Parts: sequence; C-alpha cells; structure tokens
Amino acid sequence: MRSPRLRRSVPDAAHPTAAPTRLSGQNLTLGYDKRVISENLNLDVPDGRVTAIIGPNACGKSTLLRALSRLLRPSTGTVLLDGAEINTLPAKEVARRLGLLPQTSIAPDGIRVADLVARGRFPHQHLIQQWTPEDERAVVDAMTATRTDELSGRLVDELSGGQRQRVWIAMVLAQQTDLVLFDEPTTYLDITHQVELLDLFTRLNRELGRTVVVVLHELNQAFRYADHVVVMKDGSIVAQGAPAEIVTPELIEQVYRLPCRIIDDPESHTPLVIPKV
Amino acid sequence: MSIDFGRPVLPLRIRGAFSFRLDVRVTAVVGLLLAAAVITTLVALVLGDYDITVWRVVQTVFGGGDAWDRRVVIDRRMPRALLALILGAALGVSGAIFQSLTRNPLGSPDVIGFNTGAYTGVLVIMVLFGGEHMGTAWGALIGGIVTALLVYLLAFKRGVQGFRLIIVGIAVSAVLASFNTWMILTADLDTAMSAAVWGTGSLDGAEWGEVRSAGLSVALVLVLLIPFATRMPMMEMGDDTARALGVRTEPTRLALIVLGVALTALATAAAGPIAFVALAAPQLAKRLARTDSVAMVPAAAMGALLLAVSDLIAQRLFAPTQLPVGIVTVSIGGVYLLWLLAREASRQ
Repeated sequence: MRSPRLRRSVPDAAHPTAAPTRLSGQNLTLGYDKRVISENLNLDVPDGRVTAIIGPNACGKSTLLRALSRLLRPSTGTVLLDGAEINTLPAKEVARRLGLLPQTSIAPDGIRVADLVARGRFPHQHLIQQWTPEDERAVVDAMTATRTDELSGRLVDELSGGQRQRVWIAMVLAQQTDLVLFDEPTTYLDITHQVELLDLFTRLNRELGRTVVVVLHELNQAFRYADHVVVMKDGSIVAQGAPAEIVTPELIEQVYRLPCRIIDDPESHTPLVIPKV
Repeated sequence: MSIDFGRPVLPLRIRGAFSFRLDVRVTAVVGLLLAAAVITTLVALVLGDYDITVWRVVQTVFGGGDAWDRRVVIDRRMPRALLALILGAALGVSGAIFQSLTRNPLGSPDVIGFNTGAYTGVLVIMVLFGGEHMGTAWGALIGGIVTALLVYLLAFKRGVQGFRLIIVGIAVSAVLASFNTWMILTADLDTAMSAAVWGTGSLDGAEWGEVRSAGLSVALVLVLLIPFATRMPMMEMGDDTARALGVRTEPTRLALIVLGVALTALATAAAGPIAFVALAAPQLAKRLARTDSVAMVPAAAMGALLLAVSDLIAQRLFAPTQLPVGIVTVSIGGVYLLWLLAREASRQ
C-alpha cells in the first residue's frame, strides 16, 4: 500500500537556499588506521529534508555516514552537531539528538520485537528510571509509525527480512531524535520492501518532521525520494543538491562510468537514469 | 495503551522516584532459584556426622542452640555453605559477563584461560617459592589477571571482538596448561601433590574469615557492576548499534572484563579453580527465565544454587571421604557441555 508522494516545492521562504543545518562536516579527512578514504569533505545536512548519499561501491558513502554519527573520528576536520564538535559531546547526549541504524546490527537470539524497540530508549534512561510513561509512549509511537505494532510480541528471529528491518527502524525511532541516519537500509530487501521502507522515510520526514539521511545504492530511488542528493566518487563529493538540479548524463557517466540517458520519471517527475544499450 | 511484550510484564513505578519494567517470569525464576539455594544451604547445615534436627539448626542459626550445636553449625558448616553461595554467585555473574561480551555460550572465564593462568600462578609460587596459603591466593590472583590481560591484549585489534577473545583464550590456556604439566613433573612429590589438590578446587575447611573477605569483596565488585548492567545488553547488538545508542563501547568492555575477571579471581583465590559454574549458570538461567540476553541477576542466583548443590554432593556422596567440589562441578559440567553440543548439532 503506497501513499501518494507529497512533494515539497524547492526553496521557499521558510527554507532559503542556504538551508539551516544542525549537522555538518567541515574539511573532513576520513580513514581507518593509516588508510585515507576521504579528504577535504564538506557537507551540510539540510534540516527537515531527506538527504540521500549515493555513489559506486567503496566510494566512502558509509564512511561519511559513520563520521557524521561519530562512529568514526575524523583524522582532521570537524563534525558539528548544533554548533558543537560532535566528539566532545557526551555520548548519551548525542544519542538523544541523532539516531543511526548501522549496516549491521545483531538481534540477540530470543529477543522479542517490543523488547528490541524498547532498547532504543537507552539514551533517555537512568539507573532508576528504566521504564517511564514517556518511554512507553515513545515505543508505542515508534511501532505505530513503522507498522510493527502487530508484530509486538513476536520473536525477531521469526520475522522476514523486511519486517526485521522495520523493527530496527522502530528502535531508532524510539530514540526520538530529530535527526535519523540509515546506512544502506534497503540492501538485501526485495523491491516491494525497498519501496515500503522508502515510503516510511518519506512519512518520517513529512509527517513527523524528522531530518533523514540515508545511504542508498539504487540511483532512481534516491532521485525519487530525496530532496537533497550527495553524489560521491573515490572519497570525494562530486555534486550535491536537489536531484532535478544536479543530475545530468555527464554526472552519472563521470561517477559510474555508465553511458546513459536521463528522462523524466513518469510517476514522480524526478530524474530517471536509463543505461544506454 | 499497553504494549504486547509476548509475555507478562509489569510496569513498576513511583512517580518521580523510580520506574522499572518487571518481567514476571524472570522474577519468579530468580525467586525459585534463591528459595532452592536456601533449602540446599539448610540441608548442608543439617547433614553430617554430628546428628542434629532441622529445627535445632534453625534455632541455632537464629541465635539459639547449645554450645556444641553452635560449634558445629555456626563455626564449621555455615562458613562452607555461605562461601559456596557467595562464590557461586560470583562465578555466575562472571560467566554472564563473558558470554554477553563474546555473544557465545562458550565464552566463560574458564575457556578464556583465566583458570589455567591462575593455576600457573599458584604453581610458580608453590614450586619456586614454596608458598603457603596466602602466597597461593596471591599467586592465583596475579596469574589469572596477567593471563586475562595477555589474552585481551593479544586479541586487541581496533577493539576486541568476542570470537577472537575465545580463540586467543583457548590458545593461551593450551600453552599454559602444558607449562603447568611440566611444572608439576619437575616439582618434588609433596609439592606436586598439594598443587594437584589446589588445582581441583575445594571449599573444605572454609572459615568465617574467608567468608567475610570473599563476601565483602564480591559485594564491592557487584556494586561497581550496577551501572554496566544496562549497557551489557546494548553491547550485544554490535558495537556500532551500541555506540549509536550512546554507549561508550571500548571503556565499557574494558570495565566489564576487569570486573568479570575480578569476580572469577576472587572465587579462585578463595577455593581454587572451580570449573563450569561460570560456563553453565548463565545459560541455564537464560533458558529457565527466557531472557533475551544473558542476564546477571538470574545467572547469580543459578550460580549460587549450582555451587551449593555441587558442594553438598561433594561433602555427602562418599562421606566421610570429602570430594573436592571442583570434581563435582567438572562432572556436572561435562554432562551440560554434551547436552549443549547435542543441542547445537541438532539445530544445524
């Protein structure tokens, strides 16, 4: 069941071109140990929008997302969250403002859906405040938003891939953060469940006002669902902006080495990449 | 608005003071385990060469009884029974910590090499320095902690992963085990005999002094563990997820390892290496209480019961000959391990 797409018109009075941002990366050098993956990255995540990060395999998409969510400390440069360097903020404080679903999460065997979702409340809990009425409400809301409420009492192990992914997203939503980041959430899902998730992200943004950042593989999905697209290649950001403004055959060919045509998606009127024969 | 958790759950709240989610089954299981542990302790106080009724034992425990009753029950039998409860709980919690950190039912301080390392420490003290009781306790502590540290450092590669910890632990303990054998072979007969006795683990001859020091130190470690009890289940979801939820994973892991090792170290220093309680208690408790992760409190209750029962068997099975409790736990543990392997095999 798909809700009709609610497109928001590009820059209006409330959202001037220099979009306000709570999360940004400045002059980031990113890498693991001695291996440098990205240099001199600059990125402002526009508030209240859906941002998609795309690019070929191993272009540094996930690395950038890890840096933005303080899972990876940049070798140089800073990630700012609400004007403060993210690594200097207390861990739980960050987790109350920014939620992240990493690429791999492990569900303990024998855990049930509601218990897993409730674990998203950790940053709000204290030693003797483990299950406040607010916690309960947040868990109910998160399960309603992701339509996992009917799975509530079931074992996570017994769920299908698509259901399980919705449960993990519910856990992130239970964190009640304005910013939510997802690292390749649609991988390993069939097309139905991919679309279901992307529709969910749109609802999170349009109805619940969350700022969404998502790493995606599928170009046409990114162009259809994102307000703002960040295109990466070999660790650098090649282009960023609204899909309609930045997507050209030259850009796609440069980034993916794929000769293609760009046509208008007849459903959503966003750029649609058609590889040449 | 009530959430279906798939099992009975009660919110426990006093506004402004505290709020908890009480799992009815877990609470009931912990209650039953504790009741069983109390009964086992009572049986241990009643049984023995000195004939005494249950009623007189109860009276004696609460300050009555004659001088002989007091001497036998309070001075002789009670320290041993209490020490079994305290050390059993310590081992159970320690096992829960390592199984949670490694996400593996085989991850326990015994497997990770702690006991072998403690034994090495004791052998070094006994063979090279001819050490006495206090000496061996220190030898066990230092040997175990150094081994744990070594295993942690060897397994460290941009943080420590559970599986690597187990593999490195097995490798290190294999090396130490052969070193231990060599030490025993080179020692003179008397030393080798007493080293072998220590190596089986026994609660025989426990005194109130040991109960007091073990009780206080175990209680201290458990108090230090409280802030980590809620982080432990978060860590099981993987480092990235735990960090995204606001857990500082590497300091948390180090603290859990240090406190987990401390609990095993205290038990080993007091009674010698007692195998399998740390391995079996958390898993048995998890299955009975049906918790999603291995949890500390049920594991503590199960550990206390397991060691109390094992020590009762060790005392009474071939009475008046006393078995070391370590032999009993190894036998029970062997059966448990077979069951675990059979279960895993049938799953695949």
